[in-house]
Amino acid sequence: MPHEQTAQALESEELVPPAEPHAAQESKKVETQADLSAEIKAMGDRYAEALKNGRGPETMPRLDYSPYRSSILRHPTKSLHHADPETIELYSPAFGHQDVHALESDLTIQHNGEPQGERIIVAGRVLDGDGRPVAGQLVEIWQANASGRYIHKRDQHPAPLDPNFTGVGRCITGDDGSYSFTTIKPGAYPWKNHLNAWRPAHIHFSMFGSEFTQRLVTQMYFPGDQLFPLDPIYQSIVDQDARDRLVAQYDHELTSPEWALGYKWDIILTGSKRTWTENEAYGDAGDEE
Amino acid sequence: MSKLAPTPGQTVGPFYGYALPFNKDNELLAPGSPGSIRLQGTVYDGAGNAIPDAILEIWQPDSEGKIVERTGSLVRDGYTFTGWGRGSVGNSGVYTFTTVNPGPTAPGAAAFISVAVFARGLMNRLFTRVYLPENEEALANDPLLSSLDPERRKTLIARRDADGGLTWDIRLQGGDETVFLDFQQDGSLETSVNADHSARVNQA
Repeated sequence: MPHEQTAQALESEELVPPAEPHAAQESKKVETQADLSAEIKAMGDRYAEALKNGRGPETMPRLDYSPYRSSILRHPTKSLHHADPETIELYSPAFGHQDVHALESDLTIQHNGEPQGERIIVAGRVLDGDGRPVAGQLVEIWQANASGRYIHKRDQHPAPLDPNFTGVGRCITGDDGSYSFTTIKPGAYPWKNHLNAWRPAHIHFSMFGSEFTQRLVTQMYFPGDQLFPLDPIYQSIVDQDARDRLVAQYDHELTSPEWALGYKWDIILTGSKRTWTENEAYGDAGDEE
Repeated sequence: MSKLAPTPGQTVGPFYGYALPFNKDNELLAPGSPGSIRLQGTVYDGAGNAIPDAILEIWQPDSEGKIVERTGSLVRDGYTFTGWGRGSVGNSGVYTFTTVNPGPTAPGAAAFISVAVFARGLMNRLFTRVYLPENEEALANDPLLSSLDPERRKTLIARRDADGGLTWDIRLQGGDETVFLDFQQDGSLETSVNADHSARVNQA
């Protein structure tokens, strides 16, 4: 590819996360939500049919999910190669309180004033596939502000930035795998996948397990969002039960009186392959301090 | 075997740039310190274009092949080698890490670095490995490499640069697509991600 073309593509990408130029060439007409919804439905129907014919449920997003236009040139077309994790892959990088300050889990106190929007608490536990708590591990989050705007320079959505909200948090899980963030409920925001495309409100989450193969980056959603059926990213997980695992539950027990609404969301990492000792299972490997 | 269904992944999206990067994230040790090398390469899409919004993580043993389990990757003290780093590609799709050559974790084993790839447009993270090119006998005996076609095998082996560094490109799609790994032995989970694609190819 000539270099100029790449440079041009980059320039346009500075404005907004665009659909891939290639997708636009394929069909000159403006793609509407109805077009996309039809594609989403067709793929959902094929999956439902396969389930009926006895195929096991899928638990992960499709890498090849064309309704998310940017995925078209960015998914492997060869099957992932089965491998047994070896040596380094059976261990995980270690993080501790030297890496993350306790205050980093409160996204509402990072500036001089109170951020705009609905203050919320998002809390839960990180567990492995056998239900063991993932203790002493790093959780990172990032999100749009209450009006649906990211502080990222590529986000040009004409909604106000909030000088009192950055939208980045970190914490280290407790001995029981627990995490908790205080933040602001993010707004939905428009993107350029197709005409009138809107992302459901979400918080990006990044998790480490006790083995590097458990590494997970995902998005947490809020219950009852009307945009779920329309969103190609959420729908790239074709199984409804699997999709539901990304939706937090409102939890009145977590709600803090006269302060913040509580949402509970547990995260299950893939099962671990290593043989565990008693101590490791309860998280001695985490913080050395 | 897992008992609980795993939480699905989602794309890292376009806006991780103010959240995931941190100071010296791609410097596992200070550039120029004894034994340090540069690991670099470009991430490409299926049209052969460099991807400007991908972010990689590497995780590796030290130069003796020892797996380090020490904290301090996010706030580096300049002396502790933790074995983990994170590097965003620049506008030209190029990533760079300062690290050491990983040692073999057992005598005669092929030395490699574990890699996780994230990008806008990539629905879920991908795992792969980058091997050091030198020990041909170890490479030939490596369980993963020896299970691959020679052509595909090449995609996991770095090139040694004149300055002692390593160059290794990642191709998300295409004829010379990088080999990406599925570690879930209960198979149906991740290999099914391409079920629809296979169905289309078969129909075509």
